Amino acid sequence: MRLSLHIGWYAIRDVARNRWGLLYTAFFLVVTVGLFQLQAQSAKVAVSLMSICLFLIPLVSSLFGTIYFYNSREFVELVLTQPVNRRTVYFGMFCGLGASLVAGFILGVGLPYLFFMTISQEQLLSLLLLLAVGSFLTVIFLAISFLLATILDDRGKGLAAILGVWLFTALVYDGLVMLATMAFSDYPLETPLLIAVVTNPIDLARVTLLVQTDWAALMGYTGAVFNRFFGTSLGVSIAVVALCLWIVTPVLIGLRQFRHKDL
Amino acid sequence: MTRRPPSYRAGQSDRQGGFFRHIAGVLTLVCLIIGSKSTVAAVITVQPGGAIQTLSEALLLAMPGDTVHVESGTYIESNLRVVKPLALIGNGWPVVDAAGRGPIFEVTAANVVISGFELRGVPVSFVKEHAAILLSETENCDIRDNRFVDNFFAVYLAHSKRCRIIRNSIVGSATELTSAGNGVHMWYCRDIAVQDNQIHGQRDGIYLEFVTHSTISGNDSSDNLRYGLHFMFSDSCRYEKNRFARNGAGVAVMYTSQVDMLENTFEDSWGGASYGLLLKDIRDSRVLGNVITRNSVGIYLEGSDRIVIEANQFHANGWAIKIMANCVGSKVTGNDFIDNSFQVATNSRQSFSEFDGNYWSTYHGYDLDRDGFGDMPYRPVSLYSLIVESEPATMVLIRSLLVDLLNLAERIMPTLTPEALADTKPRMKPIS
Repeated sequence: MRLSLHIGWYAIRDVARNRWGLLYTAFFLVVTVGLFQLQAQSAKVAVSLMSICLFLIPLVSSLFGTIYFYNSREFVELVLTQPVNRRTVYFGMFCGLGASLVAGFILGVGLPYLFFMTISQEQLLSLLLLLAVGSFLTVIFLAISFLLATILDDRGKGLAAILGVWLFTALVYDGLVMLATMAFSDYPLETPLLIAVVTNPIDLARVTLLVQTDWAALMGYTGAVFNRFFGTSLGVSIAVVALCLWIVTPVLIGLRQFRHKDL
Repeated sequence: MTRRPPSYRAGQSDRQGGFFRHIAGVLTLVCLIIGSKSTVAAVITVQPGGAIQTLSEALLLAMPGDTVHVESGTYIESNLRVVKPLALIGNGWPVVDAAGRGPIFEVTAANVVISGFELRGVPVSFVKEHAAILLSETENCDIRDNRFVDNFFAVYLAHSKRCRIIRNSIVGSATELTSAGNGVHMWYCRDIAVQDNQIHGQRDGIYLEFVTHSTISGNDSSDNLRYGLHFMFSDSCRYEKNRFARNGAGVAVMYTSQVDMLENTFEDSWGGASYGLLLKDIRDSRVLGNVITRNSVGIYLEGSDRIVIEANQFHANGWAIKIMANCVGSKVTGNDFIDNSFQVATNSRQSFSEFDGNYWSTYHGYDLDRDGFGDMPYRPVSLYSLIVESEPATMVLIRSLLVDLLNLAERIMPTLTPEALADTKPRMKPIS
């Protein structure tokens, strides 16, 4: 465990020294500040920020994770010549990178909020939710990228695969949902749609954020169904469990692969 | 006593003139009351423990034109028939409780004033429309400054004219539509003024059917089960500066022509069949200067012709305007559309209405000639809003990347969205 922390700490320092990690934080800083400058109402800032987060966080953290994993290959080989458990190394790297990306995101978005607005309780709640959901997305896509990078030795293939995963979850999946909805429009679709939304991390993140911003109430029947689901503790628990599963599953599979891998 | 006409400086307003006339009138009345020993316009006092202890007794004794003062206390009375022109004045909020036995006041005489009472306990009936105050076939009555608590119907006007319902507070505790009555209910009336009332927890806050030439102003009709204002077959009416909030289904105006809706606030009508303002089969009406905020649908127009929608603010609604293709000749000009999930939705590729000079927070055009209007037309109906219109369940995809891309593609190359429904002069800045 201590070793794991040690490696994690190394990864954090590595990212901090790395320009890209800082750039990531700086990007969110600039975007959030810019949104506040352009728009007076913080409600609208939250909506714009939400779109940006849902689009960028999965993309950046999956690409970043893959590239980092490939780049630290020599370091990993070096460390593994020592009497160190493979699980420790993998876990340490994952935690370190995850912590630094999450910290970057939270700082980038949170600081301008603290700076620009006098926070009411409601706004604080929506900000915290955005930060929580963003952090979940970061870690989820990091886990998937580590998994893919472990399975695929070829850097090009790995990048292509993770881009494919991103494209599928961010775009293609929704397209399929839309087509399915149209094809089966004669049937009651609320439950299948709920399942479809819970299954895709990006959709789940989006709907969780939307339900909190009054949207559900405005949106008539479908919205009401979703509001009732996500409004209950059962719904929230299912959502959180689904998000956690999206982290745990790829990490466990990745670990297994990594332990049996011929480096 | 000689009565001189009140002199006033030239240039003073009519209102002040009216005020002086009013004072003079009151003086004359006072002189008459004091000067004459006859029983004309006597004052009768009802008081617990006094000479006259019940309202029904007072109503029997009173002569036309008398004033009945009711001192504070609780009076368990119902079915009080007011058949003479009387002024019923409560002092210190006397409570008249029907105790579940029936209606309270049934006014059939003209020139009746009822003011200063707390009326409660009129029971729900599935056969009769019991009301705390029923005005039937009467005219020129005043219902002022009363409190209505937990009644079936509060004020019910039938076949009456020139009545004023002013500054009443009407609070119901209705929970089911079938067993709830309306706050102010008007049926076959004309020239009624409903002003500055607070109406909560009824079925419909204010209900008008076959009412003409009436004014509904300054009321707050909120938290009612169905409509804040329900309006049918009521031509040439006007409602202004009212607030309608959190009503089950918002405000409905149906089967009517020549209605003016001015400077009202429509807020927080949420739900699948809930509208800030529902216009169905309306003709030649005006919707001006209203603020329409956080409703599922801001304004819904169906079968409505020649409606002018101007200088309103649509803010944070699910849909700002839903306009069905059976609406002809409407004009939507000079409004602000800000932060609505969908600005405009329709059900056809054709449009017979005109959109002009509005501000749209989602407009991405430019203004090279600096005249304050964008150089490219704005099409407020997005492709996604069409998809949602045909498949409401696709609503779950709102604000997803897919939807953004679809809308972008459609904007660049419109193939499905109504070509004609476009604002040719979109404003660059909000008007208000």
